[in-house]
Amino acid sequence: MSTPTRTPTGAPAHLTGPGSGGVGDSAQRPDGVLKVRGEFAYGSDLWMEDMLWGVTLRSPHPYARVLAIDTSAATQLPGVHAVLTSEDVPGEKVYGLELADQPVLAVDVVRYQGEPVALVAADHPDTARRAAALIRVDYEVWEPVTDARTALGHPATDAVHESDAEVTELSRESAHLHPEGNLVRHLKVRTGDPQPTADVVVVGEYEVGMQDQAFLGPESGLAVPADDGGVELYVATQWLHVDQRQICSALGLPPEQVRLTLAGVGGAFGGREDLSMHVHACLLALRTGKPVKMSYNREESFFGHVHRHPATMRYEHGATRDGQLVYVKASIWFDGGAYASSTPAVVGNGGTMGIGPYVVPNVHVDCYGAYTNNPPCGAMRGFGSVQTAFAYESQMDALAAELGMDPVELRCRNAMEQGSATPTGQVIDSPAPVAELLRRLEAMPLPAEADGEVDLRDMPGGVSNTTHGEGVRRGVGYAVAYKNVAFSEGYDDYSTARVRLEVVGGEPTATVHTAAAEVGQGLVTVEQQITRTELGVEQVTVHPKDTTVGSAGSTSASRQTYVTGGAVKAACEAVRGQLLARAERLVGRSVPDLRLAGGQVVSDAEEIAVPLADLLGNEAVEETVQWRHRPTEAIDPETGQGFAHVQYAFSAHRAVVDVDTELGLVKVVEMACTQDVGKAINPQAVIGQIQGGTAQGLGLAVMEEILIRDGKVVNPSFTDYLIPTILDMPPMRVEVLEYADPHAPYGLRGVGEAPNISSGPAVLAAIRAATGLPLARVPVRPEHLTGTS
Amino acid sequence: MEFLQPSTWAEALEAKAAHPDAVPIAGGTDVMVGINFGHLRPALLLDLTRVADLREWTTVAGAVRLGAGVSYARVITELGDRLPGLAMAARTIGSPQIRNRGTVGGNLATASPAGDAHPALLAADAVVEVASVRGSRRIPVTDFYTGVKRSAMDADELIAAVHVTPPSGPQQYSKIGTRNAMVIAVAAFGLALHPDRRTVGAALGSAAPTPRRAPAAEEFLAGELDAAGLWESRAELPAATARRFGELVAAASSPIDDVRGTAAYRRHALSVMARRALTWAWTDYRDESRGN
Repeated sequence: MSTPTRTPTGAPAHLTGPGSGGVGDSAQRPDGVLKVRGEFAYGSDLWMEDMLWGVTLRSPHPYARVLAIDTSAATQLPGVHAVLTSEDVPGEKVYGLELADQPVLAVDVVRYQGEPVALVAADHPDTARRAAALIRVDYEVWEPVTDARTALGHPATDAVHESDAEVTELSRESAHLHPEGNLVRHLKVRTGDPQPTADVVVVGEYEVGMQDQAFLGPESGLAVPADDGGVELYVATQWLHVDQRQICSALGLPPEQVRLTLAGVGGAFGGREDLSMHVHACLLALRTGKPVKMSYNREESFFGHVHRHPATMRYEHGATRDGQLVYVKASIWFDGGAYASSTPAVVGNGGTMGIGPYVVPNVHVDCYGAYTNNPPCGAMRGFGSVQTAFAYESQMDALAAELGMDPVELRCRNAMEQGSATPTGQVIDSPAPVAELLRRLEAMPLPAEADGEVDLRDMPGGVSNTTHGEGVRRGVGYAVAYKNVAFSEGYDDYSTARVRLEVVGGEPTATVHTAAAEVGQGLVTVEQQITRTELGVEQVTVHPKDTTVGSAGSTSASRQTYVTGGAVKAACEAVRGQLLARAERLVGRSVPDLRLAGGQVVSDAEEIAVPLADLLGNEAVEETVQWRHRPTEAIDPETGQGFAHVQYAFSAHRAVVDVDTELGLVKVVEMACTQDVGKAINPQAVIGQIQGGTAQGLGLAVMEEILIRDGKVVNPSFTDYLIPTILDMPPMRVEVLEYADPHAPYGLRGVGEAPNISSGPAVLAAIRAATGLPLARVPVRPEHLTGTS
Repeated sequence: MEFLQPSTWAEALEAKAAHPDAVPIAGGTDVMVGINFGHLRPALLLDLTRVADLREWTTVAGAVRLGAGVSYARVITELGDRLPGLAMAARTIGSPQIRNRGTVGGNLATASPAGDAHPALLAADAVVEVASVRGSRRIPVTDFYTGVKRSAMDADELIAAVHVTPPSGPQQYSKIGTRNAMVIAVAAFGLALHPDRRTVGAALGSAAPTPRRAPAAEEFLAGELDAAGLWESRAELPAATARRFGELVAAASSPIDDVRGTAAYRRHALSVMARRALTWAWTDYRDESRGN
């Protein structure tokens, strides 16, 4: 086990490797300079001579029957090249990540506000927009179903515990949004005594609002019709091959005729897992025979991608008087909105990990995902876990208060460790330093109390000058969380890497080719670093991401450094094997310590040093490898038991907040985070993920929410959907632990999601500590803190 | 969309007279947002950024004549001492980029109830100078706001400047947003103490259909200060007076529930902001006499 590293902010110098640009080094990103200078081409910058612009007509109603669509006026507008409706979709008319239930264009019924109904391609975006406005759609407007529990027909929260089967029955009898009923998934976890009792019991109900990924680069892409009757699509996305599968299905074309290349991605956070403009642009391009660009504006973007599932949660914790958890019962409802998207997986995470990183002998969890007429919800960083962490960590604080025990002590007393069993019966077979993460946080110095001269930027309300210290109270809160890394529950989760080594300009140069989406996280850097380390070369080119190589799986679930990193490592090993064999043939004997370093094949024992340039000459060595992490398995449908998750990531946060208790304004003074990353492949990027994840969690705790009234979004803009600014996100203390996971490449753990999960609950706990208010809902608004809701 | 770009004030006024529907644009921090959101589709944009005069400020008869095109950033850096209330309001606006672009004239032209400059201008008894080819006139800012995003200007008029008299006493400005920067006001409050006239200016924003003053609060406070001889004595302000002042400011509002906050919160926040702002202003007033 390595020594943990400490840093107030930025990358720790002593974690950084020797500057080789290999694994463990804070190597510079290949796209960094372009991005900083504003010269990086994002999807919205795509452009071709003679291209058309595509726009989408969307439903203004959350639930309605489409009686008729009249496109004649739109078609006649000069400059318009095509107007399409669902009748023009040649293949399957519905698509979806896990369940195919979402229409490419509305068929008969619209189920959420913003559902695509028709498409227009025109020679100017304004013309296309005006044409879309000329399309006449007659709707029969229906009353929307806007509450997950109502959608499932639950008679009452309490009754759910008693009668699971009945609930499912009821769901079939309630207002159906979909023919099979409104229940997308019900996950049950049952371990231990079904009727446990305990000395001390705390019950709480919690609510998490709908967060948005708020990526800055809107949905964009360019579809180019090809001579073979197929189409090339350049698109900002998270998983080229799952897009390809769905596009092929909708277009009725084979994969070889639908070729995708990743366009510059301006952030994703899960919001690009589902299709947006992909099929639409292809349909328009194939119909018009011209390249078609589609790029959403900010408002449309809020309707163009899924959001984080809002959740309502009821928890009951039982413990002994000395603070040992005896049981947890939980009922969790996720509002999946109009279409399934990733709801089954969100329910999977929420259900299996919904009691937090604690050892509990008796567990009874029911986790539901429901269809409603709210906006579709799907993947967002840390899904299923972000929501439940607010509930289980709030419960741990409530229990600590009930027991008169220190909240960190209570958590440590019940913390998972290596060898512990999860509620799903999985024995954790790699380090799980839950208690250590908390103790290290506790040992960090607290920020100084404000004294002397008032700097408004340090005050709740900032330069808006609302307090000079009046009403301000400080609070400190802790939270710890865990999250599965990579895809779970038996999913065949693999990545493909092609690595080629050849001599270019006299220098050995590697090319690494994967379809793994770079969405801003720095995977391209990691691919270079691994290749440098494994092949001992400096020059590594990252091939554009496209579908001419096999699937890399999704850039989500904190999985790419693990899975695509593993694939690149394996492909490099295959290339290395070839090179070493070649070298042995050259020297005519077997050399046991032969390795690659500094652009040479070397043996220290036999003082061999063959330059790769000499060994390769004009030839290239290329290997393509499909790589899998060890398999997981489906969980038992009645008990939730099974080896569901391949790896867990752990992080903990301490939040220090100042609350203006009279005005209900919050200033987060400091965030401290401890996280075990197994091995920091790129320490600076790790710190970046921790800071970014922390900010996104803080945002959900205090401001980020898509507000819905009667199924309609009322704040689809960055004017009213607020994300943290630099005055909201404080400096951080970060300690990165590197306890290797023996099952993972280099011992690494996925990094991106865990800090997003523990951050918000720590902020909420700190606000509670400052105000003494129970606070059961996030985001916390000033009204909640001042009794003026 | 047509685009006119006059280079002199006279040309600008002629253009506005010829095209009363033209939307004037200076910093563009409102107009461009409106266009991008599709809320605004003007047939004609009248760009005022080439009219150099608008970017000047001068002192006329003891008052600052602030050209309509002076940016918030310049109000902060160049006029912080002369127009402290307005400068404090300017500091709460947007981001550095927006403060570099946005203008006080634009804030007035949009006349949004949430415009950040308004409470400061109201509290300071500012006067808006508007002009047309017919001539110019002065509108006390108290009479300027006539409805939600409506003002007393005629269709052929442009804002030339706003006149603000440097204060004889302390000024304060407070604004509530639901994050610590770059936020539209949930409620805002401006205060000016006028010891020379023995009056008080108190005004609120984002809590009524227009920015407005709180006359009952102003009269109450001026009366209390008079009755207790506090203007002269500069003695401590009774806590009850500050509290009552806050209540009266809140009572002057007529807020609504909306996506940014509840009416109840806005009323509550105004009472707290007004009480605190008065406390700070009074402390400043007392410190002044001690030569601090």
